[in-house]
Amino acid sequence: MDALDIARWQFGITTVYHFLFVPVTIGLSGLVAVCETLWVRRGEDHWLRLTKFFGKLFLINFAIGVATGIVQEFQFGMNWSDYSRFVGDIFGAPLAIEGLLAFFLESTFLGLWIFGWDRLPKRVHAACIWLVHIGTLLSAYFILAANSWMQHPVGYHYNPDTGRAELDDFVAVLTNKVQLVTFPHTVLASYMAGAGFMLGVSLWLALRRTRSEDDARMYRRSTRLSAWVLLVAGLGVAVSGDVAGKIMTEVQPMKMAAAEALYDTEQPAAFSILTIGSLDGSEEKFAIKVPDLLSFLATGSFDGKVEGINQLEQQYESTYGTSSDARVRASDYTPVIPVTYWAFRFMIGFGVLAALFAALVLSVGRRGRAPTGRAWVWVAVALPLLPVFASSFGWIFTEMGRQPWTVFGLMTTTTAVSPGVSAGEVWTSLLAFTLLYGLLAVVEIGLVLRTVRAGVPETPPTDPDADPGTRPLAYAY
Amino acid sequence: MELTTVWFCLIAVLWMGYFCLEGFDFGVGMLLPVLARDDTERRVMINTVGPVWDGNEVWVLVAGGATFAAFPEWYATLFSGFYLPLLLILVALIVRNLGFEYRSKRDEETWRRRWDLALVVGSFVPALLWGVAFANIVAGVPINADKEYTGNLFTLLNPYALLGGLTTTLLFLTHGAMFLGLKTDGEIRHRARGLAVRLGLAAAVVAVAFLVWTQARTGDAASAVLFVVAAAALVAGLLAAMRGREGWAFVGTMVTIGLAVAGLFAALFPDVMPSSTSAAYSLTTSNASATDYTLTLMTWVAVVFTPIVLLYQGWTYWVFRKRIATHHIPGAPVPTGSSA
Ligand code: HDD
Ligand code: HEM
Ligand code: HEM
Repeated sequence: MDALDIARWQFGITTVYHFLFVPVTIGLSGLVAVCETLWVRRGEDHWLRLTKFFGKLFLINFAIGVATGIVQEFQFGMNWSDYSRFVGDIFGAPLAIEGLLAFFLESTFLGLWIFGWDRLPKRVHAACIWLVHIGTLLSAYFILAANSWMQHPVGYHYNPDTGRAELDDFVAVLTNKVQLVTFPHTVLASYMAGAGFMLGVSLWLALRRTRSEDDARMYRRSTRLSAWVLLVAGLGVAVSGDVAGKIMTEVQPMKMAAAEALYDTEQPAAFSILTIGSLDGSEEKFAIKVPDLLSFLATGSFDGKVEGINQLEQQYESTYGTSSDARVRASDYTPVIPVTYWAFRFMIGFGVLAALFAALVLSVGRRGRAPTGRAWVWVAVALPLLPVFASSFGWIFTEMGRQPWTVFGLMTTTTAVSPGVSAGEVWTSLLAFTLLYGLLAVVEIGLVLRTVRAGVPETPPTDPDADPGTRPLAYAY
Repeated sequence: MELTTVWFCLIAVLWMGYFCLEGFDFGVGMLLPVLARDDTERRVMINTVGPVWDGNEVWVLVAGGATFAAFPEWYATLFSGFYLPLLLILVALIVRNLGFEYRSKRDEETWRRRWDLALVVGSFVPALLWGVAFANIVAGVPINADKEYTGNLFTLLNPYALLGGLTTTLLFLTHGAMFLGLKTDGEIRHRARGLAVRLGLAAAVVAVAFLVWTQARTGDAASAVLFVVAAAALVAGLLAAMRGREGWAFVGTMVTIGLAVAGLFAALFPDVMPSSTSAAYSLTTSNASATDYTLTLMTWVAVVFTPIVLLYQGWTYWVFRKRIATHHIPGAPVPTGSSA
């Protein structure tokens, strides 16, 4: 492998890893904020206990999200220096704004929230976690705007004198049509992840750690809250995903063809649910297809035409293949089809499964009943994982489906890599991050499991007579 | 003033903010094995920075992002060129972050020992390497006509740069000790105060050597003034520490660090990354910058949001202004008699 391949592996690994924790951070911060608000409003002890318990789990997750995010901030310069030079004028702005608007907000108010239990009035304290949540959404907005620009560059011109892309219209970058659908799709997917986490943990606790009738009632509350959020967010994800499909067909038709492994143009086109056989299109042993559905997903009409990989490859070759600009010429404009095909299916499949489980939980849990039985333990274990994996596969699909481009139509990945960085250096960082991240995964999962197994603690009564000067801190590292 | 100069100054301010704030976090981390006698004392130390370290760290992320936006060529050359030191810094920051968050999640000796090690090493490595990196930036490194760094790891480990690393390490140690003097109570406060003075003397000697060397190599009138005031602030801080004026002592090291960084940037200007291969290849505020459109946009964003950030970060320090002593640590033995 040369420096380029290693750099791609390292970027893929570190980014996918970062995004294992990000969706849970976004979703769970919102849910914890809801729990705390319910406590402030209604004064019920249950919501306070849930706030503290899920807050603790949230922090364990957040810590890795932050730690791995730092790498992301510098990676573009480290591994993709030519990319950074070429797009910095446009791409740097959202990144810097994300830091100034979002990261400061998140980290400062999280510090206040963690340590401020005995220092701030209740409402101010609850406002802190809301601000953290708003910070995560702002962060998502700006970074996704940067990414959407790579999917569909807008608001810029190419300057032949400086040899780089230059910004004309920042508002156009922030309101890129790809961004306008990517943001809701990703954020709703993140709510699914946060809710899936809370639902899985609540279910498991209800099955295994119910100490009293009071505990059972508390778990029913968090179960219902998270199951509803998961279900509603799931519907939103499907709707936004449908819109995303149409926009994608318009701006990156090859990606749609790659999602379906559709080799030849069809009208109307059938949606493939799964295929056993070869994905180079030469042989198909077994396939389940829904007639006309792909046409609808791609174009909004049941008999729309969906272009195939072979035709698109020729189109792209005649558009870009003869260009004198080395940045836009590639030997092959088709992404790795098995990856895009299966990632697309896993994204939808895992997400739909999670939403179905939520619906099942709600229907079984009507009128104060609770799910019982061994099978539910497996559902509880699967629920935190399914939406997170769905999100990861969504990204793997989006990013791998864009290949060979780094910036669609402007720059291929081959020309984006740092020319001055040696294969040995990239190997070092690939190994360092992979080993470190692997180790951290073990530590984090261990801590989460330990915390969950211990169950939701009772809230310790605070001694009202204690002198505030000598009283122990409400929370300490 | 030209926009590129404005942004050069803003990036200098971000690094000043980062080193002034995260500097004491690093110091506290490095001093863990030196100042604390037991687990409770270690927790006292860690909790003095507990609510704020993450917000402090964001200064470097914004500095990185702002460099990308305002000087893309600088961002690209610097981070691809200083690849391995940056990798080490990133790994160190990761383990340090998790040390803060995870250390007290389990009440076990080995678990805590390991995270203590993460905190110490994770604070020491960036404290040293940021100094090495900055000294190299100011002194210049081999950069070719394509704006690519052509040296290797050992190019960066020259005596001048190592002295720079030693300077930041000692300054941060002193700064951390001053901070602990200000934020703790009881025995540890007295120990911190004593140590701050001894560390401060060592820091003063090394820092003066480094700043004089810098001034001789690349300094101008502005950097000379800044360096002299920085040195004076350090002396004043030490005198305040000896008299038990902990607040002023801390302000002293804060001003020292801020002005020393400002002086380094002054010595750098108008280059952002001078080339030691040929002055013609140097990256400057004009040939490394983004377009006027982007700089104008970013200026507005910075003008509106930086004051807001400063306000709420300042408020956090106010909320957590109380000193921390061993009896504040949950689960620690209740103090007998009076608290110091
Ligand atoms: C859709 C959302 C999203 C996406 C696509 C990314 N991130 Fe992220 N990032 C977040 C959403 C987020 C977050 C939810 O805001 C995090 C997760 C944990 C946290 O503390 O904030 C975060 C943390 C985080 C941090 C640490 C912030 C801190 O110290 O508080 C940095 C520097 C980055 N990210 C940078 C990046 C970069 C450069 C990315 C592009 C490759 C990236 N993130 C992808
Ligand atoms: C957070 C969710 C994300 C995930 C899981 C993710 C994952 C991936 C994957 C799997 C690749 C393909 C690797 C390859 O084929 O070479 C890739 C490429 C890339 N992505 Fe993302 N990505 C995410 C978000 C982003 C964002 C927000 C940006 C920019 C702001 C970005 C910038 C890039 C770049 C520059 C490449 C090209 C380099 C390469 O091909 O490795 N990604 N990403
Ligand atoms: C009916 C179901 C769904 C459809 C039709 C759908 C459609 C899509 C499409 C077309 C894209 C690519 C957008 C582009 O590259 O321009 C995408 C990306 C993505 N999907 Fe889905 N999706 C569905 C369900 C899900 C679920 C359940 C999740 C996670 C819980 C999810 C998470 C993601 C993520 C994180 C991305 C990458 C970000 C983006 O480009 O929006 N999707 N989805």
